Amino acid sequence: MLNKNQIAQRIAQELKDGYYVNLGIGIPTLVANYIPEGIEVEFQSENGILGMGPFPFDGDEDADLINAGKQTITARAGAVFFDSATSFAMIRGQHVQLTVLGAMEVSDTGDIANWKIPGKMVKGMGGAMDLVASAENIIVAMMHANRAGESKLLKKCSLPITGVGCVKRVVTDLAVLDITPEGFKLIERAPGVSVEEIKNATEGRLVIEGEIPEMRF
Amino acid sequence: MNKVVSGPQEALKGIEDGMTLMLGGFGLCGIPENSIAELVKLGVKNLTCISNNAGVDDFGLGLLLQKRQIRKMISSYVGENDLFERLMLSGEMEVDLIPQGSLAERCRAGGAGIPAFFTPAGYGTEVAEGKEVRVFNGKPHILESALTADFAIVKAWKGDYLGNLIYKGTARNFNPMMAMAGKITIAEVEELVEPGELDPNFIHTPGIFVNRIFQGEKFEKRIEQRTVRPRA
Repeated sequence: MLNKNQIAQRIAQELKDGYYVNLGIGIPTLVANYIPEGIEVEFQSENGILGMGPFPFDGDEDADLINAGKQTITARAGAVFFDSATSFAMIRGQHVQLTVLGAMEVSDTGDIANWKIPGKMVKGMGGAMDLVASAENIIVAMMHANRAGESKLLKKCSLPITGVGCVKRVVTDLAVLDITPEGFKLIERAPGVSVEEIKNATEGRLVIEGEIPEMRF
Repeated sequence: MNKVVSGPQEALKGIEDGMTLMLGGFGLCGIPENSIAELVKLGVKNLTCISNNAGVDDFGLGLLLQKRQIRKMISSYVGENDLFERLMLSGEMEVDLIPQGSLAERCRAGGAGIPAFFTPAGYGTEVAEGKEVRVFNGKPHILESALTADFAIVKAWKGDYLGNLIYKGTARNFNPMMAMAGKITIAEVEELVEPGELDPNFIHTPGIFVNRIFQGEKFEKRIEQRTVRPRA
């Protein structure tokens, strides 16, 4: 089984040279720590920066320089600031090549739920609905099961959805799966995790074709 | 064309109970904190506030929530504020949650004289309920309407007597669109300068959108999530 950092590390393998990337809050943020050698990517944060750098050194933090998670950040050389309408023009206009988001549930048709638990947690969708409605390539980073041990990969989302049929790939602590017309297609297993374990942990339709390789780091 | 007022008291003249206000900022970044403090003092009630977030319990719009001055919030994300969640779940306050990009574009449209537009964001979700759906390029979109406000209150880094504004870093966020969408727009700035001191090439909000401007007495600029790395 992978820990959160390893999930991020596996997703980082999807980065390609020249990509503009939007990372959601939580595990997705960690992806920035594992950019493969020899490629250049730019991180966009929807509150209005392109060219986001690492956290500032202790004492250098600037209240006017934060990411969408409201964390203090730095700006890389060549960074640019812009307003929220311009930011979402980049997102809606499909100028961002990859979006990585966390989720509470994903369905085998690519629906995603990550913004609301009726009666319990209603924080709002932030930019998630705009991102999932328009991004060409959406990868979900999440644990395979919730805290109660129930599968988060479902036939149909039980929670209010954030977007319809938009997720392309899911990377969990157990597996890499692609959304296909037939359901979740198993692409890779986490090291030491059997196909049987993944089957048991997946409620939605699961497609297994041939030998499933282990992830490589 | 001199739009300078003496301070928040004069700037907020005309704000009454039941009005709709837009307030710039993302989290606590780029919020008009001097004007918010004045709104608390004024005690105006039953406000509809359009703002991406609702501050934290004891800062930003959280201060207006404490005094129950807000009847309705129009926002995209309201985490980090326990009181807000309580008021919403108990039904004491009405809340309209809007996808962040749609919120920004609705404000922009309001200021730009565009009454409505189609966007894919929110299609197939609760957000789309009751909204017209139309297919463009094979993809369903929902109709979103423009937003305007009786007063828009924005915060900028520098501004001149004519109301031209420059923002700093990610404190720009919703401020430029909201500045366009207020029937009356108030700008509070960190530094008020003479016309000509700001390079016209680098002005973000042209003064035509701004009606009143003042230099804030003090900016606390609270940081919500202080994240740092150790010095090597």
